[in-house]
Amino acid sequence: MATATAPAPTRRRRSANAARSARKIGLGLLGIVGMLATWQLIPTLGIVSPQYLPYATDTLANLFGEMRDLEFWRNVGRTLSLWGTGLAIATVAAIVLGTLVGLSRFLRKATHTTVEFLRPIPSVALIPVAILIFGLQPQAGLVIIVYATFWQVFVQVLYGVADIDTVARDTARSYGLSKVSQFRSLIFPTSLPYLMTGLRLGAAVALILTITAELVIGIPGIGSQITNALTVGDWLTVYTYVLVAGLLGLIVNLVFRFIERHALSWHQSVRGEEVL
Amino acid sequence: MPDTLLKVENLKKTYESSTGIVEAIGDISFAMHQGELVCIVGPSGCGKTTLLKCVAGLLRPTAGVIELDGQPVTDPPENMALVFQEYGRSLYPWLTVRGNVELPLRHKKLSRAERDRLIDDALHAVGLDHAAKSYPWQLSGGMQQRVAIARAVAYQPEVLIMDEPFAAVDAQTRADLEDLVRTLHRERGMSILFVTHDIDESVYLGERVVVLSKSPTWVQEDLHIDLPEDRDQITTRAMPRFTELRTHVYEQIQRAKRGEAVRAHG
Amino acid sequence: MTLYTTTVVTPPPARRRWKGFLIQVGYAIGFPIVLIVAWAIWTGISPQKFFPPPLTILEAFVDTWIGPAFFTDVIPSLYRLALGIILSIAIGIAAGTLIGLVRWLRELLEPTLEFFRAIPPPVIIAPVLIIFGIGDDARVIIIVAGSIWPILLNTIEGVRATDSVMTETAKSFALTRWERLRYLVLPSASPRIMAGVRQSLSVALLLMVISELFNNASGLGYKIKYFQTNYLIAEMWSGVLLLGLIGVLLATLFGLVERRVLRWYHGIKEVERA
Repeated sequence: MATATAPAPTRRRRSANAARSARKIGLGLLGIVGMLATWQLIPTLGIVSPQYLPYATDTLANLFGEMRDLEFWRNVGRTLSLWGTGLAIATVAAIVLGTLVGLSRFLRKATHTTVEFLRPIPSVALIPVAILIFGLQPQAGLVIIVYATFWQVFVQVLYGVADIDTVARDTARSYGLSKVSQFRSLIFPTSLPYLMTGLRLGAAVALILTITAELVIGIPGIGSQITNALTVGDWLTVYTYVLVAGLLGLIVNLVFRFIERHALSWHQSVRGEEVL
Repeated sequence: MPDTLLKVENLKKTYESSTGIVEAIGDISFAMHQGELVCIVGPSGCGKTTLLKCVAGLLRPTAGVIELDGQPVTDPPENMALVFQEYGRSLYPWLTVRGNVELPLRHKKLSRAERDRLIDDALHAVGLDHAAKSYPWQLSGGMQQRVAIARAVAYQPEVLIMDEPFAAVDAQTRADLEDLVRTLHRERGMSILFVTHDIDESVYLGERVVVLSKSPTWVQEDLHIDLPEDRDQITTRAMPRFTELRTHVYEQIQRAKRGEAVRAHG
Repeated sequence: MTLYTTTVVTPPPARRRWKGFLIQVGYAIGFPIVLIVAWAIWTGISPQKFFPPPLTILEAFVDTWIGPAFFTDVIPSLYRLALGIILSIAIGIAAGTLIGLVRWLRELLEPTLEFFRAIPPPVIIAPVLIIFGIGDDARVIIIVAGSIWPILLNTIEGVRATDSVMTETAKSFALTRWERLRYLVLPSASPRIMAGVRQSLSVALLLMVISELFNNASGLGYKIKYFQTNYLIAEMWSGVLLLGLIGVLLATLFGLVERRVLRWYHGIKEVERA
């Protein structure tokens, strides 16, 4: 009779998993390098003139140069603070209104059509209005940032509050829990995952609109750097700041995914796909 | 002597898993003839599903030979149909019942009329005529499994392989489905390879019961079930011979679990 | 053997049905009417420089958009939007399917693609403008360059997550690769793909407006900016209203398509919930 094989040492298991992730990371890095190489090749081969698409190497060098300049970081700071302010205002408003509307069936039904009409309005449509009222100031940008971000978070809070398990709620009511403690022990924990998702989506949207506002209205920040560079034909700076915007977007995304995952580490995620 | 339909010779399958090399199947040999209903039982984890997947061409054996109709099995053969345990994940939710049954027939060169006839016939055979336009998820578990069976039947395979198909179904439904399998076997002469962990089921259904040992698996016993062809849930299960057979199989499995059975060499 | 338990359903009497219908309508338009009336009263009491009364806006809407402007500005903008969206969907799904199915390709490209997705869409306008200039083509390219990422990445995710049992089923029935793609992979990925399409619709609309705010040519965004710089306030609001209607129209169209395509998916959700 064949003998059963003894389990191999843990070193083998670790090495199998490590090999798999190493391969994944390796390929990913290879992809990025490949992308940079392609970028470098396009102007080199003249597919697009280097005047219109600067070399990758030049762009990266410029980026590192900029990062040594204090003004660069001030611009990043301006963008981030505008983003943060908009996100904060929108989130607070969304939580308050979302909870109020979500808890009342009447309000939900009454406001449904209004919400479904206002929500798809592109925030950028309000840019001319904002400029009229506030001029070319950061406040104008704040209007469109808050408008777009609000809906993201609001809808999620609405789902979250409405998702309360009816059995759980009936149980709470039958035990005579006060409204406050109902909120604390039932409503808040149930809607927290939705809020986290809303926050992540809202953060991304807020960043997009912040940079949009800077681009279009000229509010100082990363976006305005791009516009200024465009006007004077400084293509190198344009591409540099495109990279910066991308990196910023990536970082914001990663940070909020991290937050979301950790806030929800004790809670099973039941929702499917999200909506931007 | 009916022809040998399926031949498994010295099948061996090893895996490399995160905990080391697992020898799922040590050495399995058996043969199945045309028109037979063979049940395979064994202790948990003895590689029944692995065996089925190798026979079905979904997995490559590490060693050994599998032949269907004299042809070696490398990829899933055209003339074989599978019914999985997880019917929920095996039926396609975006297709209706009829759509699901029709799907495997699409690439068989059949006229539309011929195809429809096969589908209607299969649905009728499993008693789901009325459900053709429903979606699988609108049906109960037992009905969904019937859809999976209908799908296999409509395909008109030479051999039907069923991998613990009734494990996830309640007992009453299971009884109905077992009878359905017997009916299909007898009325259509289908060759069926049926894997189960339910000993009573294996004896009730099978003409032969192949008992597997524990891992690394080999064929512990190949038992002929000499119960009458005409079986039903109440009388057959009350027969003394049934009790004898099932006790025997049960004892074999216990021995298999304890690793007591000794492999006869040569 | 019956498959379904039958509950006897008596249709409600006619008068009750009417009442139910009216209540629905009431909920639908009640709050909006309240808002509009409030706006009218507010602007009536103290005329606002930047907030014209609703009737004025409505007049401006009819005057501005129902006429030649519709054909010189609105239709071309919508045409570019539609073209951009269609291209994004076609390229996104095609490329996404390919990448999703080939594992090494996916691992190779995914980080790079995630980076491109992280670039705020309006920023992409700059390089496109530089390389492709200011034409109509450029404006469509802008829309595609910005809105393709959600579709692409969602398709990759959806294709990759095909259920293994379903795949084994397909293989066991000897379905060809194309058949698997058409009857298994793509339908199974469709919920994720539709979620991506929804995201990209809002990005496309955003880019359509912005690309026109930038360029001094024609188009809806351009017109609105023109009104704003020339202090034609009511007209400007009418433009905002029109954009809002377009946004709602897009969302509704998408909702209709999605409900049809994902009927099975919503059905499963309902069954689970019950």
